[in-house]
Amino acid sequence: MTSSPAPLAAQMSDVNKWYNDYHALRSINLEVARGERIVVCGPSGSGKSTMIRCINQLEKHDSGTIAVNGVTLTGDLKQLNTVRQDVGMVFQHFNLFPHLTVLENCVIAPMTVRNIARKEAEEMAMSYLSRIHIAEQAHKFPSQLSGGQQQRVAIARSLCMQPNLMLFDEPTSALDPEMVHEVLETMVSLARDGMTMLVVTHEMGFARKVADRVIFMDHGEICETAPPEDFFKSPQNERARVFLSQLIH
Amino acid sequence: MELINTFFNWDVMVRAFPILLRGLGNTVMLGIVTIIIGTIAGLLLCLVRLYAVRPIQLLAILYIDVFRALPILVLLILVYYALPFVGIRLDSFTSATMALSMVLAAFTAEVCRAGIQNVPKGQFEAAASLGMPFWKSMRKIILPQAIRVIIPPLTSNSISVFKDTALASVVAMPDLLKQANDAQAMMANPTPLIGAALIYLAILWPLVRLVGYLEARNQRAVAR
Repeated sequence: MTSSPAPLAAQMSDVNKWYNDYHALRSINLEVARGERIVVCGPSGSGKSTMIRCINQLEKHDSGTIAVNGVTLTGDLKQLNTVRQDVGMVFQHFNLFPHLTVLENCVIAPMTVRNIARKEAEEMAMSYLSRIHIAEQAHKFPSQLSGGQQQRVAIARSLCMQPNLMLFDEPTSALDPEMVHEVLETMVSLARDGMTMLVVTHEMGFARKVADRVIFMDHGEICETAPPEDFFKSPQNERARVFLSQLIH
Repeated sequence: MELINTFFNWDVMVRAFPILLRGLGNTVMLGIVTIIIGTIAGLLLCLVRLYAVRPIQLLAILYIDVFRALPILVLLILVYYALPFVGIRLDSFTSATMALSMVLAAFTAEVCRAGIQNVPKGQFEAAASLGMPFWKSMRKIILPQAIRVIIPPLTSNSISVFKDTALASVVAMPDLLKQANDAQAMMANPTPLIGAALIYLAILWPLVRLVGYLEARNQRAVAR
């Protein structure tokens, strides 16, 4: 929807964040090119979620600069809301709106934020919902769907804003194992369509399949950045080696 | 028989009934106006309490604390008998509306706060991540979810304040109680007071039941 998308979808330079005394992000430098798919992994508490949540400012950073689609974030609320319209986010716990139907979940933001007419918004929503094979559930409430279906609806809800960058915060961690696959499949097809994606996940199969780069974080730092084949075969960083060996068990 | 003639005297009741009805009209009017103003003001107060800049938040907290602690009767008498000393002379209806809704607003603010804080953080984040501005996400996402939790205690507080409308008789407002009391004096028989009590019961008992029903329904919704 942005008139001329900047070449970099997101850029973080020297970003730091503290929770009181706890140094959550240490001098993060990251550039996300347009169309790039990045998987972020690392042990829990390593700062992965905090990092991607800084990009749409669900967490405020304490120092350094963050630019999204070429716009440097200033902390101004109006600017932030505009920036967020183009940045989709998928949460670990879906966070669908429980008082609204699936279809209403998908149209509420386009209608209230982008002022799109209901009919047009519903048509767009239905086209996304049918792509994820949920069109026939459009009038159900989220609580009537399985976890996997809910997460796919959450992805569709984000896409209805026609974002040019999608953030995924452990999208499959809260799912029963048999539902992980359907969500990953949706994400793979999104990647095939050329969406710029920043994905925090432990799904290494997904990383191998679609990632252009894998980023390994620990203790609030980016320890290693590498193409997936190199990262999985021969990680350079000692902590990354330990992390990967634990995953294989 | 003596007892029935004293407390349930049919002739007296028939004569007093029109007088009571006039009082009832004033009581209902006072109750409804108070509940509307108090609820709206309470919601706004709650939003200030939760989301305004710190110094203004503190003012809201101070207001809520003071008006939850102050007895309504004391406040009513201050408004009606003390304000005229600084040139503010309010009639009894306005004084009563003001005192009652100021207190109801304080209680409502706390109820709304509990309701809003009961909505999971992820709901705020999802709305924010879609670029929804604060007021829109409040109106479309947060409040519709909070309202379920808010309604039962809000109704309960509204019943309380409706009962407290009887205090307005102290500042000479011709409400149900005042009218009954006057009729009692005039007819030298307490039957009008019994009549007034029965009318209060007839109006409020169903509402008390309603609160019980709403609470039970919420319990079931949580259990699901």
